[in-house]
Order: sequence, then C-alpha cells, then structure tokens
Amino acid sequence: MTVATRMKRRDFLKTGAAIGGGLLLNLYVPDWAPARAARASSKPVALNAFVHISSDDWVTVISNHSEMGQGIYTSLPMLIAEELEADWSKIRVQSSPVAAVYNHTVFGMMMTGGSTTTNSEYDRFRKMGAMARVMLIDAAAQDWGVDPGTCHAEKGFVVHAASKRRASFGSLAEAASKIEPPKDVVLKDPKDFTIIGKPKHRLDTPSKTNGTAQFGLDVYIPGLLTAVVARSPVFGGKVTSFNADKAKAVPGVVDVLEVPSGVAVIAKGFWPAKLGRERLDIIWDEGPGTQISTVAMREQFAALSKTPGALAKKVGDSAGALAGATKTITAEFEVPYLSHSMMEPLNTVVDLREDHCEIWTGTQFQTGDRAAAAGVAGLKPEQVDIHTTLLGGGFGRRANPASDFVTEAVHVAKVAKAPVKVVWTREDDIRGGWYRPMWYDHFEAGLDASGNPVAWKHTIVGQSIFDGTMFAGFGIKNGIDSASVEGAADILYTIPNIQVDLHSPKNEVPVQWWRSVGHSHTGFSVEAFFDEMAYAGGKDPYQLRRSLLAGQPRMLAVLDLVAEKAHWNGPLPPGHGRGIATHFSFDSYVAQIAEVSVTKDGTVRVHRIIAAVDCGRTVNPDTVKAQLEGGIIFGLTAALKTEITLDKGRVQQRNFHDYPMLRMFESPEIEVYIVPSTEHPTGVGEPGVPPVAPAVANAIFAATGKRMRRLPIKAEDLRSA
Amino acid sequence: MISFTVNGKPVSVEDPPSTPLLWVIRDSLNLTGTKFGCGMALCGACTVHIDGQAVRSCVAPVSRAEGKKVTTIEGISPDLTHPLQQAWIEIDVPQCGYCQSGQIMSAAVLLAEKASPTDEDIDEAMSGNICRCGTYPRIRRAIHRAAEIKAQKGAK
Repeated sequence: MTVATRMKRRDFLKTGAAIGGGLLLNLYVPDWAPARAARASSKPVALNAFVHISSDDWVTVISNHSEMGQGIYTSLPMLIAEELEADWSKIRVQSSPVAAVYNHTVFGMMMTGGSTTTNSEYDRFRKMGAMARVMLIDAAAQDWGVDPGTCHAEKGFVVHAASKRRASFGSLAEAASKIEPPKDVVLKDPKDFTIIGKPKHRLDTPSKTNGTAQFGLDVYIPGLLTAVVARSPVFGGKVTSFNADKAKAVPGVVDVLEVPSGVAVIAKGFWPAKLGRERLDIIWDEGPGTQISTVAMREQFAALSKTPGALAKKVGDSAGALAGATKTITAEFEVPYLSHSMMEPLNTVVDLREDHCEIWTGTQFQTGDRAAAAGVAGLKPEQVDIHTTLLGGGFGRRANPASDFVTEAVHVAKVAKAPVKVVWTREDDIRGGWYRPMWYDHFEAGLDASGNPVAWKHTIVGQSIFDGTMFAGFGIKNGIDSASVEGAADILYTIPNIQVDLHSPKNEVPVQWWRSVGHSHTGFSVEAFFDEMAYAGGKDPYQLRRSLLAGQPRMLAVLDLVAEKAHWNGPLPPGHGRGIATHFSFDSYVAQIAEVSVTKDGTVRVHRIIAAVDCGRTVNPDTVKAQLEGGIIFGLTAALKTEITLDKGRVQQRNFHDYPMLRMFESPEIEVYIVPSTEHPTGVGEPGVPPVAPAVANAIFAATGKRMRRLPIKAEDLRSA
Repeated sequence: MISFTVNGKPVSVEDPPSTPLLWVIRDSLNLTGTKFGCGMALCGACTVHIDGQAVRSCVAPVSRAEGKKVTTIEGISPDLTHPLQQAWIEIDVPQCGYCQSGQIMSAAVLLAEKASPTDEDIDEAMSGNICRCGTYPRIRRAIHRAAEIKAQKGAK
C-alpha cells in the first residue's frame, strides 16, 4: 500500500460524553506505525476522548501532545494502561485532532512544549484510563447481571472471579461506550503501579527502524505539488519585483507565484522546485535589517550590560555589600544566536478548498497554527483540520508564535490553487531566523574575609522572546521577560544580597524558544561565574555549592550523587580536568560533572559526562535517561560548535559544514542517574541542556587554568594552553 | 529512462539523469523511509546502498544507479529481523527517529564489512551521520549489540 492511498483513509469517531459533552470529531488515522495499525483492523469505539477500543481488543490512546523524540507516544499510553488494566501488547497511539477537549491542562490550548507533557497530563491520562475501566466493568456486570463491585479488570479483560467469567475489552467496548461515565474515580496507590515507573520499550521504535514512521515530509496526497520559497536574504525584507522566466523553463516547474514571505516556486516534486528557485531573479527591498551585525550588537550589548536594567530580583543590598566586601570579582559571558536545526527541515502540506482546509504537519502548536491558518484561508478555525504527524525534532522551533511555516504554506496553497507541500531546505532552516537569542551577561560578586559570597549582581542583555507574541501577557511582567531571566532570578543558592536586572534591546532578528530557552544561557553564565567565585574565595567548587544549597535538599541530593558517581576527588589522567555544575529548570533538579582534556591545537575533548536528575516520579525511566543523554549532546553542540552570526543583515552560516553538529566521534560517554522520588513528575526534555556548557567550561579551567566565557568555546581561545 | 533495482524490484524512471537519487526514491518511487536532511552529503539522513556501498543519495545523481542494485531502509529486512533493527529496538535507540534510517544504513555497511567493529570503527563509519536528538551513545551500544546478534544467528 502506498503512502498516498493510506492517507485517504479517515475515520469519523464519536468521542464519549466523559469530557467535551459528546462532541463529534473528525479523527484522522495517520497510520504512522502501520505494523501495529495493520493488526488493529476493526473500528475503534470511543470510551472517552483519549481511550478508544476496537472489537479486536486494541486500545488506541489518542495523544494530544506531539511526539518529537521525547517518548510521550509511549509515556502517555503508560499512564492510561496503568489505570485501564490494559494488555500492553495491544496498545497503539494516534495523534488527536485539534479540539478544546485536547487543550493543554495548564496552557489552555493544544501545544507541546516547556517540558510539560508528563507533568501536565499525569493526572488526566490516569483518570481517563480509570474512567474507561469503570465503564468496561459496568458493561460486563450488566451483561452478567452481577454487582460491578464483584468484578475487576486485568490485562485487557473484565473478570468476575466468583463465576470465572471473562470478557475482553474489545467485546465490551460498544456497550461500555453507552454507559454514563463515572463522575469520580479513585486512582491507584502508587505502590500498586505495575507499569508507571517500570521501563517500557518505546512503541514507536519499530516504525523508526524500517522506514514506515511517517513524518510531515512523508505525506503525499493525490495531486500534491511541492513548493520551495525564496525568502528575503535580510530579516524583514520584501519582494520589490521578480523575473521567473528562467525558473519556469525548468522541466517540472508548474508556476512561480509571490506570497507575503517571498516567491514560491511550485513544481512536480522537490528537485525541480529547488532548481527553479536557483534560477529566479528577485529584487528585494531589504529594509532596516541590513544594519544588523552581530559584531556591532556585541559591542552594544557589552555596553548595556554595564548599566542598570529593569529589576528582575532584589534581595538585600548587593551594591552596599559589594562596597563592603573583602574581595570582589567581575566577569562577562556571552552566547550567540542559535538555530534549532531539527533533522527534519520544516514542511507543511495544505489542501485548501473553498469551505475547508486540511493541513498535515509536524507541529508543537496546533491551536495557534489552526487559528493562524484559518485567518489566512478566510475560514473559521473549525473549518481547518490539522493532522499532526511525527516530528523529526522540534526543540521549540515547531511551536512558532507566528505559526510561520504553517501560514506560509497556506498562502502558497491559496495562490497555487492545488494541494501543496512547502519544503524548507537546510539553508532555509539555518538562515530562517527564530533563533535562540544572543545574550550577554555581566556579573559582580563580593566575598567576605573567609571567601564566602556576600553579594551577587547579574545584569542580562538579550532580546525578549515573548515580546510581540500572543504570550506576552503571560511571559512579560513589569517589563521583565521571564524567559530572559529564568535560571538567574530564581537561583537556588543562599547568598545574602542578590540583584538581577535585565536589558531587552530590540532588532529585526526573529527569536524563539530553543530547548531550555533562557536556561540555555543562564545555566552557562551563572554556573561558570559561580565556579570563578569559588576559586576566588579559595573554595572547592563542589563544596561551596553544597554549603550554599543547604536549604535545597533535592538539589543537594543530585549534587552529592553526581559527585559520588564521578569520583569528584578521584585521580585523573594527566591533562584531564573535572568541572561541576547544577541547574534547576522546568521544576527538575540536575547536576553534571564533565571530564575533559584539551589538545595542543586547542581542541576540547569531552571524555565523560556524569549526570544526576531529580524529576519527581518517573513514568518511563529509560526515556528519562534518553532525554538527559540527548539534552547533554544538544548542549555540547552549543558549547563547542555552533553560532549564528550576521553581517550587513545576512546570516553567515548555511548548512552543517559551517553550522556543525556534534558527531559520533566527538560524543562522550554519558552516565545518567535518577534520584528516586515520589513527588509529582517534572520536566525532562530540557533540563539536561543547561548544565553541560558550564560543566565543560569549568572542567577546561581545571585542566588548563583558562576561563571560557564565550560560547561556542573555540580552539583559538585555547591553542596556547 | 534510467533502470535499476530498488530492494530487489526492477524500476525505470523518467527523471532527468542529474536528479539526485534521493528525490527519485521519495517523489517518484514513493519510498519515504529515506530522508532529506541537508542536500550536501553532510548529515547522512539520505544514506542508501548502491551495490552494497553506502551512498548519500541527496548528492548522487540517479544516473549513478543505472543497472545497479539500490537498497533503502525499507529493503533491509521484510520483518524487523535485521540484527541492527533488533538491536535498535532492544536498546530503544531512536528519539525523533528522523535520522535513524540513515544511521542504520551506514551501520549496515559497517557490520557487513566488520563482524565485530571496535569503537574506533564505529567512529569512522558513523561520523557522517548526524543525530540532533543525541542518540550517539545508544547507536554505539546498538551496533555492538547487533554484532553479537549477528554472530549468534550465524552460529545457529
């Protein structure tokens, strides 16, 4: 069966009345895992919006969160299966349509981000499983004429032990779907968990080893054309005029049309579209963006960092304490713009009709994308269906506050008057903006006569991410963008006088959340400066952290665990150094120790990273480890490899040769330790990132005596070491 | 017209000879397991085999496949029984999964050439494949594990 024919199959399913009042949903079955889906041939019945069961006993968990690698297409089903008493071998997942019932429990819209999926759905998904179980038991009890209290569920069956009767979930689903859902359900005592907290293999792995996993780029529908868009070489630029004669002469090019973001070349397939784009002649009105240079920005930011900004945090009197300190130190740290560079370049398929629009894309932000797409199409949001495919990486980029890659595709479909797939090239991705902001941090610390910190002053300079978005009211309070100061204004260390302030200069470069957001810079600057402060006071950096975290038992526990596992005071090969860092983000506690050496030519070799995490109760422990491992590699790429720079408004990088990712031969040994916890689950996808860069920078200091205060760390900064 | 076999099946395509094999495989033959990542042979997501050799199909013109045997991820086993697939599943290597077709195709050539690859062999064979999710430590473990599985199968 070709992908195209599979895409045509749709099921129209009625959700249960449990939540959402029996609303009718057009539910698309994506068959992203045909191996499992093929076995589930009969039509599923909805027991509620999240639990569907078919007569052949397959349980379909409807996921309102996007799978971008973080493993939630396994963790969310585990929550349901635990309470449903399902047979784990008969669980499959599909993505939900866009509907209010599927809104994020905290954000009030359908989106995946902020390392929140497990913690925000931990209660609801268990409850949905428990409600469905009660309905299945009631259906069986009615059929058997027995008291439901004498029945129980186990491994996909309802059992009446006294009469030794058993009925499979599939045989009961139809009757159960007609039963009034229970108002309240009692959830299991965690000591009785048989699934939550026990490692489960990911349900999506088989499809990701045989080519059947379906990403946005893999969607083909009848009559589909492919488009690539020529966008302004400078942010904010507009098309003045263009000549498409040579582009149209490329065999396979169907049309060349202007859209708000540039010029779209529409063709029968990607390759002619790309060839056509190379042959376009476009005159741009580049606008004020041509003034942007990251060299000049750096000077501007550095100057600003020495002036007082908007106050984000004030404890005591840091200015007075600095004046009275026995010793003061100061340092400045800087990090560049960064591209998310998901392995799957952005893409969106749009089938736009007069009164309806269907969209297939890997998105983290369905509600926003649907509203924005409807606005462009001139339709109501309810007339737009978004089919969420698997995401070939997200890291925040696919939760775009302007829905840029979705609205652009709707614009293209509108002028193309045909179903169209807009595909970004890698160059489009790396040059396309929506970067992690460039940031510059200025620190001052004061120490008393014993070397103990008495004052901490931190000034942050960087563009606001929330400014100008629909989230501004949520993210910006009293002139402070919470994303700019997270990890800095909420440091866990006990220091008697603390001040953190912020400058948020504006420019044309679009910025966005990037895995761990503000923590991606504060983790580095705070923890690297803390290390300098420890040495300045003659303290061991691990021990100083211990003493200033005395009131933070959970962080203290991960810190002690990582120090023990990495043998903090143990012997090292000559030339090697260890660095330590902690960071609290997304309500999780992480500590890491890096072991590095530096070659004569200045190349940093990261040999090992040991990490410890307290993220509350774990649902799928191996996934937690995988996310920490991945976060560490992601953070190492930022620490050692990548930067986006601009000159005369033009991005100077274009593909993986000049925006290089960490590769296999550079990948360290990684060990991850989880602190057992009975607390509510907290974030896992992002907290592994922030401590990596400071742990490595601090280890480089231990190995070479050189302080690395700018990312990425470059061989030229270390060559003479 | 250019003729070759894909996963054992003969195909003839009318794409211009300079069209990258990747886009012929995806857009003309509708085999979507082979991925587009960079278009410059820098990331390895598009890796396929031509006569058993790993090739970055995003830069290989389809003319290069004329008369040859092309294998894509869909062709390495009909039923998830390739040792690499088994090891990938056992160790839960993939996260987003987008690069994994290319990772497995590169690893398959390594495993065909070296029954028991060392870490250095893995570094050499796999450093052309980028994984943005950072699954490298698990890919390494899984290749070692696949070598064991393959040896056990051979011993039967």
